[in-house]
Amino acid sequence: MKTRSFKRVLVWELPVRVFHWVNTLCVLVLILTGFIIADPPAILSNAEATNLHSFGVVRFIHFTAAYIFFFNMILRIYWSFVGNRFASWKAFLPFTKKRWHNFKHVLKVDVLLKNEKEHDLKDISIGHNSVASLSYIALFLLALLQIITGFGLYADTSTWWLPRLFTWVSPLFGGDFAVRQIHHIAMWGFIFFTLVHVYLVFYHDWLEGRGEVSSMFGGYKFVRDERVVSKEKDATVTATEADT
Amino acid sequence: MSTKKEVKETYYESIRKQGYSRRDFMKFATYIAAYMGLESSLVAQVAKSLETTFRLPVIWEHFQECTCCSESFIRSDHPIVADIILDKISLDYTLTLMAASGHQAEAAKHATMEKYNGEYILCVEGSVPMGADGNYCCIGGRSAKDILIEAAAGAKAIIAWGSCASNGCVQAAKPNPTDATPIHKIIKNKPIIRVPGCPPIGEVMAGIIVHVVAFGRLPELDRLGRPKAFYSKRVHDSCYRRPYYDAGLFAETFDDQNAKDGYCLYKVGCKGPMTYNSCGTIKWNNGVSYPIQSGHGCIGCSEEEFWDNGPFYERLTNLPGFGIESNADTVGKVAAGALAGGIAVHAVAANIAKRKQLKSRTSRGKINEENLSH
Repeated sequence: MKTRSFKRVLVWELPVRVFHWVNTLCVLVLILTGFIIADPPAILSNAEATNLHSFGVVRFIHFTAAYIFFFNMILRIYWSFVGNRFASWKAFLPFTKKRWHNFKHVLKVDVLLKNEKEHDLKDISIGHNSVASLSYIALFLLALLQIITGFGLYADTSTWWLPRLFTWVSPLFGGDFAVRQIHHIAMWGFIFFTLVHVYLVFYHDWLEGRGEVSSMFGGYKFVRDERVVSKEKDATVTATEADT
Repeated sequence: MSTKKEVKETYYESIRKQGYSRRDFMKFATYIAAYMGLESSLVAQVAKSLETTFRLPVIWEHFQECTCCSESFIRSDHPIVADIILDKISLDYTLTLMAASGHQAEAAKHATMEKYNGEYILCVEGSVPMGADGNYCCIGGRSAKDILIEAAAGAKAIIAWGSCASNGCVQAAKPNPTDATPIHKIIKNKPIIRVPGCPPIGEVMAGIIVHVVAFGRLPELDRLGRPKAFYSKRVHDSCYRRPYYDAGLFAETFDDQNAKDGYCLYKVGCKGPMTYNSCGTIKWNNGVSYPIQSGHGCIGCSEEEFWDNGPFYERLTNLPGFGIESNADTVGKVAAGALAGGIAVHAVAANIAKRKQLKSRTSRGKINEENLSH
């Protein structure tokens, strides 16, 4: 039995990782505060309303997290034009011929859990696989919907031009009732996504052993030796520089 | 009511003729300018317009409605509103209030429509049933749809009073048996002011009428065709209970101490945060109170489809197709549970289906562990 050789490949660059975790934190905070805003807990207090601002604080956190979520998303879109091949917008294109092939492979092997007779290395995605990239497109559209409906609800109480850009939202849906409803239902989409996303990360880490989980911290994934073409200016380090 | 005078009168002349003093007139101008959201320097302009503008004939049609808009209007704060604008000067046809009836009334209306073609203001109270060829609402043997189309043809502008004319209101609630339709969906080629509310506030109605007659043009409208002066803020944003909301102090039920202390009614279903109206500032019954001040949440009567937007006493609204008692969160929790269950099943299945692959990797890993050099 032969142990395989792997090379460490920088897949997720620092901005991608930062985006991922800022986004995670924002979504978490937004969901939690969102639930509180939709159905605030009963608090017992003898204080006068003048001396309390608890619900205002919850809303402030929600709005702040929303702004960070929004600008973070914009930075990620920018990075999809200047980042590496795994961060590129091209990596999200669902149906080029190659990715369609990969899509079918992932469905067969990872979703329906079929075992392959012959293992083709090229079927293992280094960045996102095609099914995952589809889920990120769905998440991006969901985020867009949340941004539009969220700013739409926020616009009338704001004087800044950015949220004011969204004053058309409420009339479009006929009023705040529908906008709020959409905003609330779409939030569940994030919860469903998170469940599946986290599970699949563990799944790939466990079944493929290529450092799927840690890649979003350190940025590296482990790629089979034979997929990394040796050139003269190789990234192979000399023995003295080698880390363990 | 039709005033068959050959001599044209300005509003001011009519007002004076009714026995109001110059002082009363100026008070009225100030008052109505304030309601219209105009600054004090424009009071003189309002007064000047009323002094120099000839009366603008108004035809007020009643279709599928409860007359609460008219009731609200005749109760507006200042006597001049009811007395002069409604009763003596402008109203050439309103079947509920006019003295004439039957053929005389219809004749008066047609006379105005011919004489002032393209000049008169058409006010519509109530929605128009489009189902069954419009036969659900007939006046004088003619369907509401016919009457509206005829009256709208020569109108300078249309004011859609109340939620019925603006949104369809209760009779348009699902399943909308008569196919009750708001005015703007029938008449497309005239400027329409939508004044939603069930009813709209009397002072708001007066303010809009005076704006139209005094300045000869429509007030500034928002994207839904509502006058910005009255519908640009949520009830919530001008609510005197807002500090309780920001403090997180809510009434849990209508009979708890919090409700008695006047805490925010958000959790018992107040729709103020989604409702655009000026109840919080202008209030009702001559500024005495408004629903929230009287201890009941806003029901959102000036919002589109408020009747179908879920229960009045709950925050979340029902989702269509998921049974009566399910809201977005119930459905979400069930779906998340099912999803988590599915994930667990998939995880177990994955470990079984891929056992060979896993086993081989584990044993390779163990051998490597044993072969570690020290």
